[in-house]
Amino acid sequence: MEVLFFYLVALVAVLSGLIVVTAKSPVNSALALVNTFFCLAVFYVMLHAPFMAAIQIMVYAGAIMVLILFVIMLLNMGVEPHKKPTHIAWGAIGGTLVLLVSILFIQRGDTARAVGNISKDVVLREGHTALIGKAMFVDFLLPFEIASILLLVAIVGAVILAKKEV
Amino acid sequence: MENLVQMALQNVNMAAIMPSLVLCCFGMFLLMINVFMPRGKTTAASLISLLGLAVTFVVTLRAWNHPELGFAGHVALDNFATFFNVIFLIAAFLTVLMSDDYLHREGYPVGEFYPLVLFTTAGAMWMASGTDLMTVFLGLEVLSISLYVLAGLFRGQLRSNEAGLKYFLLGAFSTGFLLYGTALLYGVAGTTNIADIGFYLSAHGKMLQNPMTIAGMLLLAVGFLFKIAVVPFHMWTPDVYQGAPTPVTAFMSAGPKAAAFAALVRILILGLGGLQADWSSLLWMLAVLTMFIGNVTAIYQTDIKRMLAYSSIAHAGYALVGLVAANAVGISGILFYMLAYTFMNIGAFAVLVLAGKQGEDNLTLEGFSGFGYKRPFLGVAMSIFLFALMGIPPTAGFAGKFYIFAGAINAGYIWLAILGVLNSAISLYYYLRVMVYMYFREPQEDYGWVRMNPGTVVSIVLAIVGVLYLGVVPGKIMEMAKMALF
Repeated sequence: MEVLFFYLVALVAVLSGLIVVTAKSPVNSALALVNTFFCLAVFYVMLHAPFMAAIQIMVYAGAIMVLILFVIMLLNMGVEPHKKPTHIAWGAIGGTLVLLVSILFIQRGDTARAVGNISKDVVLREGHTALIGKAMFVDFLLPFEIASILLLVAIVGAVILAKKEV
Repeated sequence: MENLVQMALQNVNMAAIMPSLVLCCFGMFLLMINVFMPRGKTTAASLISLLGLAVTFVVTLRAWNHPELGFAGHVALDNFATFFNVIFLIAAFLTVLMSDDYLHREGYPVGEFYPLVLFTTAGAMWMASGTDLMTVFLGLEVLSISLYVLAGLFRGQLRSNEAGLKYFLLGAFSTGFLLYGTALLYGVAGTTNIADIGFYLSAHGKMLQNPMTIAGMLLLAVGFLFKIAVVPFHMWTPDVYQGAPTPVTAFMSAGPKAAAFAALVRILILGLGGLQADWSSLLWMLAVLTMFIGNVTAIYQTDIKRMLAYSSIAHAGYALVGLVAANAVGISGILFYMLAYTFMNIGAFAVLVLAGKQGEDNLTLEGFSGFGYKRPFLGVAMSIFLFALMGIPPTAGFAGKFYIFAGAINAGYIWLAILGVLNSAISLYYYLRVMVYMYFREPQEDYGWVRMNPGTVVSIVLAIVGVLYLGVVPGKIMEMAKMALF
């Protein structure tokens, strides 16, 4: 049952992903992207990660999508004129190769093992959210702080490149 | 709850991140200062950033032979990291020295240039000292995002816009590869710590041939090889190097390249040492391709910046030879070579900074006709840097290539060494051609008055000293490079 449900959601996720890149109107693309985000949230729930699912919906489907829609609105983007796609042959060849290699990996790969410290029991005992907090602020404290510098740099860069006069 | 705070504090070891911490403090201080500075006055900012780099240099040197670990195995300020940190600081210092006058000449005196250079350097430091794939990845991102901005800094110039955008799009793409590789290796070993991945793989030998491990290694390698500009991930290099502001190009060709090498060496040797047979045969082919394509394409360039871009691709190929050898001489050869390359390449770009006129349309071979007589000092300096890039004794380039190829021969890669030397011979053609234009052609036009900006001249002189010192007495630095191995 769970497997069936997974395939169903996965199908929706892939289809919405396709719509994101093929849709003519940017608004349609954005809405399809919201759909993809929701499907990802469902995956998180299925992986017993409810906190991640909630964050996924709040941050990605909520905040980030609103920003994207705002940008679309402010830039007043219209429907993209129909252009004949180029390099379709290369894309097809590349896509087929990637597909074949992925099939090979899935066949030969051993994905059913669990490695690492965090098992299902640990999650049940300590709680999912507490574990994320511990990972973020104890084990991954330095990367967390570096990420703040990263955001600072990105903000400064965006201002420099976008401001009318520096 | 208090328990968690204690656990978090236990892991903190400020000494392990001191150099990057000092740089970030100076960077943030500069950002604040810039707000109060009148528009277009950037000299103070450049001086403060020079001070910051000098302070960091002292802090970094104190860490030599005093390795520090910290942050739950996320960072290791060992000799390896310190050696690379010194390279980044030298690259940043020389770059800042030549930038102030250049930014004014080109009409973009942007004060935020300097903090961004400092943050880039800090990002490079996290790449070199990071012992966890996450730290390395975030360091790479800090470095890359600052560089995207710096490359596109001249907003009114189409070439600079193109450089920034191209670098950003392709860089973001390659970051995706890197992150995917990290995720796969995490799936294999259950950890992102580089050494722990190595332990896991040596304990579970059959995981080595698992496609997931190999795919993870390949994707990680693609991410770093892109930054190093190895064929076939080099397509962005000529356009970005040509379009970016010249001091940024100078920095980009030395600092980030060394940083990506540092991360790649640490990950491949410590984490994926069990797969050496796989990655060394792959890198063998890439090194040969990179050397040939870089050198042969450079022959056809008439724009000097573009020529140096292709030459930098070729030099990435030489350095890669050391990684293929993967023995003590080869790896310490990479360290030495990166230091030598920093001096000679940044020096060459510093000469271009002074030789260029606004817009830099005169930086072609034709534009260099008779340059050596009109500008004797710059001509001699350029000749020294070109000799070093060729690899002619007694310059740093010769010593660097010597160590790298010696490492390859020791490891039994005799053909690789022969192909490398052959490539150096090819490269003679296009480096010497610049000198032929400088000394054996009549000047095409009047050069006008070149402003010998003191900062840039100091930068050139420092680079000459570095090139000659490393070339004449390479032994001491090479000993240090050997001590830097883990």
